[in-house]
Amino acid sequence: MIQNSMKLEFPSKSQNESFARVVVASFAAQLDPTIEELSDVKTAVSEAVTNAIIHGYEDRIGTVFIECKIENNKIEIIVEDKGIGIEDINKAIEPFYTSKPELERSGMGFTVMETFMDELQLISEAGKGTRIKMVKVFRSVKAEE
Amino acid sequence: MNISLDIRDKVLIVNFNGELDHHSAEETRKEIDKIYSDRRLLHIVLDLKKLNFMDSSGIGLIMGRYKNVSDNGGKLFLVNVSSRVEKIFRMSGILKIVQMYDSLEDVLVNI
Repeated sequence: MIQNSMKLEFPSKSQNESFARVVVASFAAQLDPTIEELSDVKTAVSEAVTNAIIHGYEDRIGTVFIECKIENNKIEIIVEDKGIGIEDINKAIEPFYTSKPELERSGMGFTVMETFMDELQLISEAGKGTRIKMVKVFRSVKAEE
Repeated sequence: MNISLDIRDKVLIVNFNGELDHHSAEETRKEIDKIYSDRRLLHIVLDLKKLNFMDSSGIGLIMGRYKNVSDNGGKLFLVNVSSRVEKIFRMSGILKIVQMYDSLEDVLVNI
């Protein structure tokens, strides 16, 4: 059974959005998923990291933390910030809701994460930060006993 | 991400090349809006043939351009949409308001 893990942290600069999704995708690639499955992970990570940067830390630079674990044919990804947190989680996950319409945000971030991943868990506390845990099962990869 | 811009009559053709995310969206948006208003154009065609990656920031960018073009009496078209990008478009419902065509030629004969 394949078991592996990695941790990554970087400042909340928007240049790091592509860096983060590429790193997570190349870590996931060792399970040999399909390109489509890898793209799902890449897109979901991009959404989570963008949220941390523009909503978690707003105009200041903080640290974004990513933790990944691989077990069998499954990857678990945690994206965390120590930013402002989310006041109303139910509102935040509503499709098309955005707290930043002036930035032309579509409000689709959580919908994309939910659609492309198998599990999504959101924990947030106002003033403390936000933690997004996502799980993707690569169905194309045979799970070993 | 870089874009190249073509103008045919009153139509602005935007060719995307690279990855469209929150980081690249702002610069891209400014470039499109500037030429669109400076040259007093009417319609916009977004050619996504060389777009390798897009997240929901792309939806925001398209909705914003759709609004500008509509306010100005024009139309927005999408061409060469990959199956990957189409998946995100379908999720957002954007295809109910923006028309998707197979090629630039198809758009130009339909304007």
